[in-house]
Amino acid sequence: MNGFTVAAIILVALCVGAYIFRFVGQKVTNDAPKFRDMGYGEAFGFVLGAALLIWAVWYYFQPKTLDTGVPNAGVVFFRWAVQGLIIASIAAYLFRLLGRTVGTAGTRKLFRSMPLTASFGILVIILYSFLAIFAGAIAPYGQAEILGAANVVAGGDPALGGNPEYPLGTDQIGRDILSRLIYGAQNTVGIAFITTCLAFFIGGSLGFLAATLQGWLDQLLSRGVDVLMAIPSLIFALLLMTIASVWANELGVPLTIFMILIIAMIDSTRVYRLARAVGLNIVVMDYIEAAKLRGEGLGYLVFKEILPNAMAPLLAEFGLRFCFVFLTIAALSFLGVGIQPPLADWGTMVRDLAPFINFAAFAPTAAVAPLLAAGAIALLTVGVNFVVDWMLHKSSGLKE
Amino acid sequence: MTNLLTIKGLKIEGRSDETWNPIINGVDLELKKGEVLGLIGESGAGKSTIGLAAMGYTRDGVRISDGSVDFDGVDLVNASAAVKRSLLGKRIAYVAQSAAASFNPAHKLIDQHTEGPVQHGVSNRGTSVEDGIELYRKLRLPNPDEIGFRYPHQVSGGQLQRAMTAMAMSCRPDLIIFDEPTTALDVTTQIEVLASIREIVEEFDTAAIYITHDLAVVAQMADKIKVLLRGDEVEESDTRTMLSAPKEDYTKSLWAVREFQRPEKPPVEKGAVPVVSVRGVTAAYGTTDVLHDVSFDIHAGRTVAVVGESGSGKSTTARCITGLLPPRMGEIAFDGQPLPSDYRKRTKDQLRQAQMIYQMADTALNPRKTIGQIIGRPVEFYGGLKGAKRRERVNELLDQIELEPSKYYNRLPSELSGGQKQRIGIARALAAEPKFIICDEVTSALDQLVAEGILRLLADLQDKLGLSYMFITHDLATVKSIADEVVVMKNGKVVEQGPKVEMFTPPHHAYTDLLLSSVPEMDPDWLNDLLKERGVDNIGDAAVDKM
Repeated sequence: MNGFTVAAIILVALCVGAYIFRFVGQKVTNDAPKFRDMGYGEAFGFVLGAALLIWAVWYYFQPKTLDTGVPNAGVVFFRWAVQGLIIASIAAYLFRLLGRTVGTAGTRKLFRSMPLTASFGILVIILYSFLAIFAGAIAPYGQAEILGAANVVAGGDPALGGNPEYPLGTDQIGRDILSRLIYGAQNTVGIAFITTCLAFFIGGSLGFLAATLQGWLDQLLSRGVDVLMAIPSLIFALLLMTIASVWANELGVPLTIFMILIIAMIDSTRVYRLARAVGLNIVVMDYIEAAKLRGEGLGYLVFKEILPNAMAPLLAEFGLRFCFVFLTIAALSFLGVGIQPPLADWGTMVRDLAPFINFAAFAPTAAVAPLLAAGAIALLTVGVNFVVDWMLHKSSGLKE
Repeated sequence: MTNLLTIKGLKIEGRSDETWNPIINGVDLELKKGEVLGLIGESGAGKSTIGLAAMGYTRDGVRISDGSVDFDGVDLVNASAAVKRSLLGKRIAYVAQSAAASFNPAHKLIDQHTEGPVQHGVSNRGTSVEDGIELYRKLRLPNPDEIGFRYPHQVSGGQLQRAMTAMAMSCRPDLIIFDEPTTALDVTTQIEVLASIREIVEEFDTAAIYITHDLAVVAQMADKIKVLLRGDEVEESDTRTMLSAPKEDYTKSLWAVREFQRPEKPPVEKGAVPVVSVRGVTAAYGTTDVLHDVSFDIHAGRTVAVVGESGSGKSTTARCITGLLPPRMGEIAFDGQPLPSDYRKRTKDQLRQAQMIYQMADTALNPRKTIGQIIGRPVEFYGGLKGAKRRERVNELLDQIELEPSKYYNRLPSELSGGQKQRIGIARALAAEPKFIICDEVTSALDQLVAEGILRLLADLQDKLGLSYMFITHDLATVKSIADEVVVMKNGKVVEQGPKVEMFTPPHHAYTDLLLSSVPEMDPDWLNDLLKERGVDNIGDAAVDKM
């Protein structure tokens, strides 16, 4: 029996199962509207979901053979993922419960209508901010501190090549990975935050200005932005970074400052587009006309009348843009032109530790090193996006 | 004869704030074949919800919690999706308020028309197209042979509404639900649509539920009328009884709205300088002239109503006066002094003297600002009042518009009703202490009772503060109740102007006459008489086109 036959049999079984499921459902519940009006596609979805769930449970309880060298580490990673998901859900639930009981009436109301995903996202953001702010106090070692043992495996189990003093192991030159991860929050997230703020300040104010004044200024700014947006952003950033690295040496200014400016400029074009589009929808409102006819100045129009109404989409975009900036920095660091060593940075850590990925099939704990940094990036991105989705949903609900 | 549609004890609930709140509290309804029932009530009365429930349908977040909907022996509340599919579109059809928003802009009218009959297997595409053209002809659409092959945006609003009626007719349903089909239309367009809908409903002996808030319209269309108030039935009886002898107080108050009338004012003294004087204004959007040599005066303490259909240049005139659209020729004078044509060149005091109240209070108030901020801004901006003095002045203004200051000061516009929002718009204009206010269709988005309240308030304020109003409207009932002088506009030109009394007594200019005659009256025979008197081709837009 080859793979194709197996797949075909499973597919047929699912199809038949869906039909039976719906038929039995109709008979058992005596044509309840739920089953009576159920489409075949919907029934198929239920059956497929159930089948996947059964498979997941079965796979989860497969014997764990870490030490025999048999290449089935997939089970281990799957278990970690499931356990992580469960822990994250419980944490998010508890956090939401806390938010519902503690705090002012306003925040309690906010938490009451909050989905679990959003509370998870907020928890992640709070955790990261905490780590970033207090990195120096929390991290057991310095970010550039080279310790005795190199390439210590994560897990802290001496039998498997770990060391309890370095719970997440050390890298090739013997720096503690846990400390570097914590400092990485400070460097990567901090720089990304500053960059995003700058991008929003530039893009947002220019966008609103273009929307309010229109005419030649709008044309000039918009066409300029079009030109910048036409160039692939990562390649453009690489190009500018190469130029900037020469200047940085000549002027004695850290390259990181240039990186912040360059990424802020590239990302401000996207913010400009959004701010202008949102602004254009707002400037046609009668209350803007009323303010203009009152004789209000430009500053009042932009900051007092337009900005409060553009807050929701801009905040949502801020979350998304933050992720993109953050990924761009990680990508630049991965390529070697971003945050410079010995500063800890997640992108650089992934690049430096990447070769360990090859051990994944046989020694999951050894392969974890690069995945930890990658996971830190992924977790923050997912968390921020959860919060952004929730805010978008809330702001679209407000409009009705 | 058995009922075609029987609704018994219908209760509908809507979900908000995580609880189910009642929308309809037990309404009964019976409809025989070929009968037309008018459902009237204010917004929020549950008219549309009942209309949709008659098809066994509820909007998202709304559910039928109790009661039965029986259509020709089929229980629509519990019917399966398959059963509903076989009925909806084929035996029950729906005509929505905004045909422009309900047609799919990406498909030609005829393609959307034939979809129903073909899907339901009533006929094939070829016969259905022929039938569509026949229906278009019956509904007196211009060029019936080709109009169906246009896209929705290539057809006017009134024509779309008729095309939609034709589409509802395509399967010859037993029941059609009309949800405010003429509310968004001009009077001259409305009358045409009304006449064609009534004719076709009679011809095919179709039963209909006609939902509207306009009593005069429902008087023409319905055999019997049901009045609703906040989800409850107030009363039901046949049209003539309902109009001549309404039983309930609420119904009587609805009927009485149209009786509000301001007392006559003495004629303006000779030689008095008008507050606002529009002199020979010609204005253009781009290179197209939209106003041609418009002139009229507005005197102190008077209301000038500017009347005309959409596109007649009423609002453009207002834009010229406010300086948003500088005229190409002519000038605007204020107290005899010519004003700079662009608002940016006017002084703060010139801007203060002329204020504006907008049609849509929703877009006229910044949704992120509290009432205190909205009204307080002009107080501070023009009067220079700050802190406690500003608060005091805002409270005074809120008192003037009959809203309790302590209750409303910190609210956001979204926490107010439509009528209250419009009052805030008025207060914001008053805050500038102007001499002259432009009211742009201020009551057209409001229910009749609420609109009447606004009109009374504006009239009181005029008496107290000696304001002058320019009242832009397409509703002649409003003109009758509030105006001192009337300016009739058509295609950017003033066709007639003069004191109200003169305007409402013959002889009229042909266009004024047409406008006046197109306003539905409460008399159920009005449309019949008009059709008899003038003939089908001499009413509404058809007659306008002939001019």
